[in-house]
Amino acid sequence: MRHPLRRKLPLLALLLAVAFISLGISLMTGSVDIAPGELWSLLWQNHGSTHYRIIHELRLPRTLSGFAVGGVLALAGLLMQALLRNPLADPYILGVSGGAAVAVLGAMLLGLPFAWQAPMAFGGALASILLLFGLAHSGNWDTNRLLLTGVVLAAGWSALISFVLSLSPPVQLPGMLFWLMGDLSDALSPALPLGVLALGLLASLWLAPTLNLALLGPARAASLGVRIQRLHIFIYLLASLLTAAAVSIAGAIGFIGLISPHMLRLVAGNDHRILVPGSVLLGGSLLVLADTAARTLIAPMQLPVGVLTALLGVPLFLFLLNRGMPGRMP
Amino acid sequence: MTPLLSTQTLSLQIGATQVCRELDLEIAPGQCWGILGPNGAGKTTLLHTLAGLHPGDAGRILYGDRRLPDIHPRELAKLRGVLFQNEPQSLPGTLFESVLAGRHPHLGRLGWETPLDLKLARQAIQATGLQGLEERSVHTLSGGERQRMEIAMLLAQAPGLGMLDEPSNHLDPDQQILMLRLLKDRFTQYRRALIMVLHDINLAMRFCDHLLLLKGNGQQLMGPAGEIATDENIQWLYQHPVSLLKTEGTACFYFL
Repeated sequence: MRHPLRRKLPLLALLLAVAFISLGISLMTGSVDIAPGELWSLLWQNHGSTHYRIIHELRLPRTLSGFAVGGVLALAGLLMQALLRNPLADPYILGVSGGAAVAVLGAMLLGLPFAWQAPMAFGGALASILLLFGLAHSGNWDTNRLLLTGVVLAAGWSALISFVLSLSPPVQLPGMLFWLMGDLSDALSPALPLGVLALGLLASLWLAPTLNLALLGPARAASLGVRIQRLHIFIYLLASLLTAAAVSIAGAIGFIGLISPHMLRLVAGNDHRILVPGSVLLGGSLLVLADTAARTLIAPMQLPVGVLTALLGVPLFLFLLNRGMPGRMP
Repeated sequence: MTPLLSTQTLSLQIGATQVCRELDLEIAPGQCWGILGPNGAGKTTLLHTLAGLHPGDAGRILYGDRRLPDIHPRELAKLRGVLFQNEPQSLPGTLFESVLAGRHPHLGRLGWETPLDLKLARQAIQATGLQGLEERSVHTLSGGERQRMEIAMLLAQAPGLGMLDEPSNHLDPDQQILMLRLLKDRFTQYRRALIMVLHDINLAMRFCDHLLLLKGNGQQLMGPAGEIATDENIQWLYQHPVSLLKTEGTACFYFL
């Protein structure tokens, strides 16, 4: 008898192809357009030309960072949805990005150097993760309590963000807003995000069979041999750390983490052994395409990519939802 | 013969309800136990406590001669399986995927199902009469189909002790008999046993050879069904007049 997941493999192959096409489009498009043939030779040989420098110093790092950040966000969203057993969950729902934003905006307001932004973001996110863990983890670990605490904490951060924005001098506001909406223009060292993506992907693939059981309900998962408390804590920490890493690299880019896993569920079902790699490929491709649009649509001006992910993501998701298989979505 | 499951002076309290007090239960291979009691007496909590999903207050629970806390959760999942009542699934997959999830305790480190696991899941689906619905999404199933799916999951899990919470829920009268017969058939052979919480005293009379009556105030009665199921005891348990009707070979309680 064939394993039921064998039928889903062509879909993963398709997503892999989509990912490569997205990367290609992103590398070819911009202030100068580069033909596919030229791109191929530029990738492997140094002609010493301007085009070589454009590809290797600007577009390739930004494209790869974008792909990694998109993949990480999609993965974090998928994990949060499994943890909270709630289809509305996204990477930011528990306030991780809010903590990061308050730290970064505070640093901007105090005039700290630019190099401090990413560490501040990560520190703020980490503080938020630990604060929530302390608040929600009294005695036992209940996901409803976690969700409510997280949502309230996020509301608190959001109030603090507004407070900082209202204190800030007008000249600083555009930079702050760009950060809040998510922006990849400063993400030019892809090694870190790609490393985070690889670690997150490996950990999630290892967890995938137990994630499937977690969706069957905590008591049932426990009855089938899953240490559910431990699993919940591990998913929470993994998803939060992934989000913190993504936010510190590219700011709070919305929608990727919510829509990528859902779009995939519509066609691929609910097995995390497919959803984990599929979400990474889809989230990465979506963010790369959105970023390409963000830097070319009204060139030479650049839009924050978070605006584009929402503008692209919302209609795409609604379209798929309406023609998706009946009974697939809750 | 070592019992599959035993308790030593197990006490359990939820809120103001004393579910059981110093309970010494022994479930031997081949036995089929029924737990009966009024609503809110704590039958489900006791079942979950015996399954290791809920802590007891005092006393011990043993599987074979090993204490419950000493058994690894994965190994415990081969010793006992639970049929839940109202355990909602979120983002559910297909019926086949759900039944296959029952095989989880038997999978290797990578969690990948072997052809044998697929075969056992398919056999469990056939045994519960759900063939043809394999690819249906779980939340398009009717209540009765869903309950049979849960039973198929338990059959695929194939534990030594089946712990059933209201197995007849949502099932038509004919299916109640067919499913309970199937479960009893599978779980009282090969050194296995069955314990089930039931609302329907007459189903218990028909399928159980031992009964545990929980009053919900710390009073409990247990023993072979023939000795326990008297009209005084049932009247005491539910605080409602009953009469025992006997015809050839069967007995049935009629609530007046």
